[in-house]
Amino acid sequence: MAYTYFPGCSMHGFARHCQDSVYAVFSALGLELRELEGWNCCGATTYISIDENQALTLAARNLALAERAGLELVAPCNACFMVLKKTQDYLARYGELRDKILPALSKVGLHYEGKVAIRHPLEILMRDVGVKALKEKVKRPLTGWKIAPYYGCLLTRPYPLEGGFTLDGFDAFIPALGATLVDFELKDRCCGGSLTGTIEEVGERLVYIILEQAKRAHADALVTVCPLCQLNLEAHQSKIIRRYGEDVRVPVPYFTQLIGLALGIPEKLLGMKRLLVPIPRELSEGVRVTQAA
Amino acid sequence: MNGNGHNAARIGVYVCDCGTNIAGVIDVKALAAFAGTLPGVVVSREYKYMCSDPGQELLVQDVRDHQLNRIVVASCSPLLHEHTFRTATAKAGLNPYYFHMVNIREHDSWVHEDHPAATEKAKDLVRAAVRRVVFHKPLERKKVPIHPDVLVVGGGIAGIHTALTLANAGKHVYLVEREPTIGGHMAKFDKTFPTLDCAACILTPKMTAVKQHPNITLWTLSDVEKVEGYVGNFKVTVKRHPRYVLEDVCVGCLECIEACVYKQAKYPDEFNLGLGKRKPIYIPFPQAVPLIPVIDPDTCIEFKSGKCKKTCVEACGDRHGIDFKQKESTETIDVGTIVMSTGFQVFDARRLPYYGYGKFPNVYTSLEVERLINASGPTGGEVILRDGQKPKTVGILHCIGSRDENTNRWCSRVCCMYSLKLAHLIKEHTGAEIFNFYIDMRTPGKGFEEFYQRLLNEGVHFIRGKGAEISAWPLDPSEEGKLTIRVEDTLIGKIRRIPVDMVVLSVGLEPHADAGDVRRLFNISCSQEGWFLERHPKLAPVNTFTDGIFLAGCCQGPKDIPDSVAQAGAAAAESLALIDAKFVELEPNTAYIVEDACSGCKTCIPLCPYSAISFLEEKKRAEINEALCKGCGTCVAACPSGSIRQNLFEDEEIFEEIKGVLAHA
Repeated sequence: MAYTYFPGCSMHGFARHCQDSVYAVFSALGLELRELEGWNCCGATTYISIDENQALTLAARNLALAERAGLELVAPCNACFMVLKKTQDYLARYGELRDKILPALSKVGLHYEGKVAIRHPLEILMRDVGVKALKEKVKRPLTGWKIAPYYGCLLTRPYPLEGGFTLDGFDAFIPALGATLVDFELKDRCCGGSLTGTIEEVGERLVYIILEQAKRAHADALVTVCPLCQLNLEAHQSKIIRRYGEDVRVPVPYFTQLIGLALGIPEKLLGMKRLLVPIPRELSEGVRVTQAA
Repeated sequence: MNGNGHNAARIGVYVCDCGTNIAGVIDVKALAAFAGTLPGVVVSREYKYMCSDPGQELLVQDVRDHQLNRIVVASCSPLLHEHTFRTATAKAGLNPYYFHMVNIREHDSWVHEDHPAATEKAKDLVRAAVRRVVFHKPLERKKVPIHPDVLVVGGGIAGIHTALTLANAGKHVYLVEREPTIGGHMAKFDKTFPTLDCAACILTPKMTAVKQHPNITLWTLSDVEKVEGYVGNFKVTVKRHPRYVLEDVCVGCLECIEACVYKQAKYPDEFNLGLGKRKPIYIPFPQAVPLIPVIDPDTCIEFKSGKCKKTCVEACGDRHGIDFKQKESTETIDVGTIVMSTGFQVFDARRLPYYGYGKFPNVYTSLEVERLINASGPTGGEVILRDGQKPKTVGILHCIGSRDENTNRWCSRVCCMYSLKLAHLIKEHTGAEIFNFYIDMRTPGKGFEEFYQRLLNEGVHFIRGKGAEISAWPLDPSEEGKLTIRVEDTLIGKIRRIPVDMVVLSVGLEPHADAGDVRRLFNISCSQEGWFLERHPKLAPVNTFTDGIFLAGCCQGPKDIPDSVAQAGAAAAESLALIDAKFVELEPNTAYIVEDACSGCKTCIPLCPYSAISFLEEKKRAEINEALCKGCGTCVAACPSGSIRQNLFEDEEIFEEIKGVLAHA
């Protein structure tokens, strides 16, 4: 099975470790990713609040390219995922918008019919691969790890998951890796988004709430499925600890990094070293010991 | 009396100004003058209000003075005044079907802004009517007798009140209820707003009266399965599900329940919404009517394994009231009218996961709290949480599943008031501090606003803002072990977090999940939301578009008990008005078969939505029952030999009308 891969700005930049692990895990599961040729900014970021038409046109260009490529489109960043879905939805629903975007695309020789399936890698894992198949592939179970799932707000907002799935249902991938699932009520709360860069104290408070609750639930790691969430929850920890005077340090790996570890993929292929808050030695050694046994 | 043939048509045309409704847009004088030039028109006039007495008198006088034999009135919709002008035509001595109405208001002046063009359109419509009316034939309205019995579907307060009113007037009523007891939602309430009188104290006497009334046949655990016929003569099939305790033998001593092999109640009790427990043999609540136990075959050991000691049968003794082999039975009844009082269901709070219903044990729905407060409820009337503790703080969230684009858009009308009532009662029972979270307080009703003021004086908090989410994670020590309600307080413009011990979700009212099936069964209409549709929102609020079927209570839309009872009385009165007229007149716009031309191909028979067509074997041709025919015209269009025709829609009439419209130069 092959998919078109839309990296978005983060995966080629600060989130290279996420990208490495997505490639490694997909390949281990026999899934091929082909990077979308000529892709551009997904249109998220501040663009959409300043000029929605232009932002959606950017997204539509990516969709048109993907439609030409003919495969389902994978977006591993929740913001890209949501904006692409929103563009698809708006183009189908609003004729006025369609009349602006389609002519713009045709100027560069592109056309979009609206037929691309937009997917998130976690959703592919849960729906196309399935928990059972994933579990069978686990070579080094994450026994003893207590993991809290954090999906962010955009994976289910405003568009609910397809195929009758819920986020609570998605939690199943954690026990499948041999880890202990921490029931995490805040799994779909806001990570602060761009507020961490604009109104720091508001953004950091949002991050603090999530970290504090993860800590309180004794999570060894808070697993994310979006590079932006991953960055927000991880990069501001030192500042938050200073601001709130509370040790809320917790590792925040991207989900394919954890899956990769459990599948027995070497750490260096998973970008583990690029995590700002490393996984504690005793945990990662636990994995190696199991491997030796 | 029947007028002359069309060769000598003498037509009167009347253009109504309708004040400025028509005359403000259409040049009525020009229209009347134009009508005067049309072939066959002897008199044409315009008048300020044709529907007024002088307007009608004008028409009557002209018929006499000018020997008119056809009448055309160009005014409003036939729905409003066709009957008026037909009656006037008859008063003038003509057959009322020599009259034809042209709608130049709803179809013209109200919908067009270009005045000259609207006038031209009115001319075309009048020309069409004048050409058509020439071909009208004299028709007679058929009279059919009305069966005096009434079917009432649904035994909540609306159905109970309808049934009692009709029964007291001497009519026989069949009251069909699908639950094991009548009483509906009202039986579950503790007190009623705003007077705080006890729901059971005012309801149960009426329930008992239903049981004892000689004119009421009460069938519980029953569903209507089939409805045939038409106003005055409905034939209804009712399926009666087995209770496994024989109603005509049981005396309601309830010893069988006591004797059940289950010493303790074990299964979730439906009447208490699962908050309490019941045995496999049980009564829903102490004042249930009929007070006869019911056996749940899904939990009874005898049904599951056939190996029970059957201590219940032993306890019943020589009465032999328990019959595990009871089968469902079918009753067929003839009734003249039907009253629908099937009620509502409450919104399923699980559909909004951010309120945590079903996830956090101390999040309750308002209906569950009614049961907690009720003395015959699962806690004996104590408001306690699932761990047995009394709540010290309670949050009541209004508009759950109401006024919400994502779920139901309508206001459920009763929630503000029942939330106030619950706030009062919880405070009375526990002394807890209570917060109401509301979008708007809607208290339009007798004594309602006063009740709201009373609650404000009692020190209940009101926070204007729809509750956003309920969470169990604490942000600071005050939230430890509590449920936190997050809300935007729109009066102070701040997001607030309010920790409470207990959350009450004031769930809205919505149509039953199977309202669509029920609607089809009775051939009545639904609004877009799924409420049964009244014939006219103001002037025919308890009628449906199907003659002889009436609406009462919440099946027509959310309403409180006083409104439900008022509507139930109205439905009963409408029903009585039909029955006591003894006959119903049927519109003559029915289809008929031209006998010689019918080839007996039977094409029409399965097409008829009202099963009005049968096949006469001896004559080898189809026959239409005029009493059943609703004049939809399906068979007329389908007949391959053109041998079905329809009164008031004869080919010549329709073709002349079309030619009249198209004659526009």
